[in-house]
Amino acid sequence: MSFNHHAVIAIYNFEMARTWRTIAQSIISPVISTTLYFVVFGAAIGARITDIGGVSYGAFIVPGLIMLSLLTQSIANASFGIYFPKFTGTIYELLSAPVSFVEIVVAYVGAAATKSIILGVIILATATLFVPLEVRHPFVMAGFLVLTAVTFSLFGFIIGIWADGFEKLQLVPLLIVTPLAFLGGSFYSIDMLPPFWRTVSLVNPVVYLISGFRWAFFGAADVGIGISLAMTLGFLAACIAVVWWIFRTGWRIRT
Amino acid sequence: MDTPHEAGYDAGVGTGESSPQSVMPRPSGPREARPKDKLHVRGIHVRYANAVPVIFRTRNFFAGAPSSDMVAAMPPVVSIRNLSKTYASGFHALKGVDLDIERGEIFALLGPNGAGKTTLISIVCGIVNASTGTVLAGGHDIVRDYRKARSEIGLVPQELTTDAFETPWDTVSFSRGLFGKAPNPAHIEKVLRDLSLWDKRDNRIMTLSGGMKRRLLIAKALSHEPTILFLDEPTAGVDVELRQEMWALVRGLRDKGVTVILTTHYIEEAEEMADRVGVINHGELILVQDKAELMRKLGRKQLILQLLAPIAEIPASLEAYKLELARDGHELTYTYDTAGERTGITALLAALAEAGIRFRDLQTEQSSLEDIFVSLVGRHK
Repeated sequence: MSFNHHAVIAIYNFEMARTWRTIAQSIISPVISTTLYFVVFGAAIGARITDIGGVSYGAFIVPGLIMLSLLTQSIANASFGIYFPKFTGTIYELLSAPVSFVEIVVAYVGAAATKSIILGVIILATATLFVPLEVRHPFVMAGFLVLTAVTFSLFGFIIGIWADGFEKLQLVPLLIVTPLAFLGGSFYSIDMLPPFWRTVSLVNPVVYLISGFRWAFFGAADVGIGISLAMTLGFLAACIAVVWWIFRTGWRIRT
Repeated sequence: MDTPHEAGYDAGVGTGESSPQSVMPRPSGPREARPKDKLHVRGIHVRYANAVPVIFRTRNFFAGAPSSDMVAAMPPVVSIRNLSKTYASGFHALKGVDLDIERGEIFALLGPNGAGKTTLISIVCGIVNASTGTVLAGGHDIVRDYRKARSEIGLVPQELTTDAFETPWDTVSFSRGLFGKAPNPAHIEKVLRDLSLWDKRDNRIMTLSGGMKRRLLIAKALSHEPTILFLDEPTAGVDVELRQEMWALVRGLRDKGVTVILTTHYIEEAEEMADRVGVINHGELILVQDKAELMRKLGRKQLILQLLAPIAEIPASLEAYKLELARDGHELTYTYDTAGERTGITALLAALAEAGIRFRDLQTEQSSLEDIFVSLVGRHK
């Protein structure tokens, strides 16, 4: 038994069952809030904003909105998924089971990423109701969707293990991720910023995610697709390293 | 490391050193007053060491038959060597524990709260990392060969930690998968039926009663057909009826060949259930004994005679009674076996009268498990 696939399937199904059970909270509310963004930024304000790089403002914000949801939802799903068993105490079973940390991560992160990807696709479908869209590089887009969902689910998993209270669980998404996502060019091109702030923006990792994703849609973006991909993969590698360290030392899991 | 346990036991009982002054009646207990004549010391609550109340009862102690003798020749199913645990806080929870659990036995780990019972179980099950020492479960090292070791083990935790929104069917199926077994609805059904949860299989867990939740935790632990079952305080906060059910269930599992290791701070439970008993306190295993052996020793009683006038030595005519002289010749102690046909008391009293030794008072004392426990625990403070 080198890979306990029964355990991976069990955890994955358990997590997905939670998704379907909380369908309103999991899927419908992000869709509603995204629709509101479209109405406010796309229709009401966007009508007064000129095209950006030949793309209408309504279409321009679609990749950013999907990324915004993808980031926040991946973190929320994964962090809650691993934090809740710690909170209720049911994690005893996970720790006493013949599962390796790779299996645990694959199952939890896989389930969280799946949910985020479903969400991203739903938002994309919702967006097409508001603005005409064509995706130039569909495979690159799908690739970025999966890569971002997995990377930020891993990040969320780390937060879920780190958190020892519900406040901490909310802290990182609220104080760091949401501001970075908003300032990362979800609703504007960083070329629209004064040179100083444009340079500052380049240390924001979310800029590269949104830029890469936008490139897949429109074939043009703030930074090159190669740099976007490299930055995203770099963040993924960093998350994997932290998770590996967590399980190696038993930090916040095994005393 | 085995002999000190025995020695500790013998010192505690053989010389009658149990310390009655540490046994204080607990005013809130159902039978608060300790009988003055000490003739019937049973069913009392005592306070000891850290003032942790423990319920002791010697009733039913003679029920049950030894079975571990028959399996003693087989290799132990759990083998613990020099196991220590120091928590990050500096708390020394376990201090060099050695223990072998025989296949097919019910082993009771007895000790007050904070003695190290749960830490010991948690290490064997993989929830807590040991500081030093090795553990083999089913012959597999719990660290190097953790998959094989853990597949053999089922754990029922002390707290009622269940999910809330899932159903019993789902959660038991989940446990089976987690332990690497292919789905087997027939087995899940059997486990749920055995634990009287079949009717509740599609209800949300949060709607179940406390007793049902505890049975559900057992069902989860049995979902992957383990050969070793750990029950951490299975009857803590459980009513009498449910406790009887639990005991019957555990015996049923033993009959099917499952090795059961349970922790408890009820001596009654150890007496009722176990084939062997281990007493743990302050992280040290201070006694491991076959229950039948323990019972035999517990069958002994002491007659203490307070003499009217001190004597310098025991007259030769009384040598056969193996009397002990204490308190500067003021006290004579006679140890006898209550299980025997004749206790020899009448003959002794006649012989004493003949030897001209008069006494002003007498009392009998039973060396109960409670006395052993109190003396052991007190000694290892």
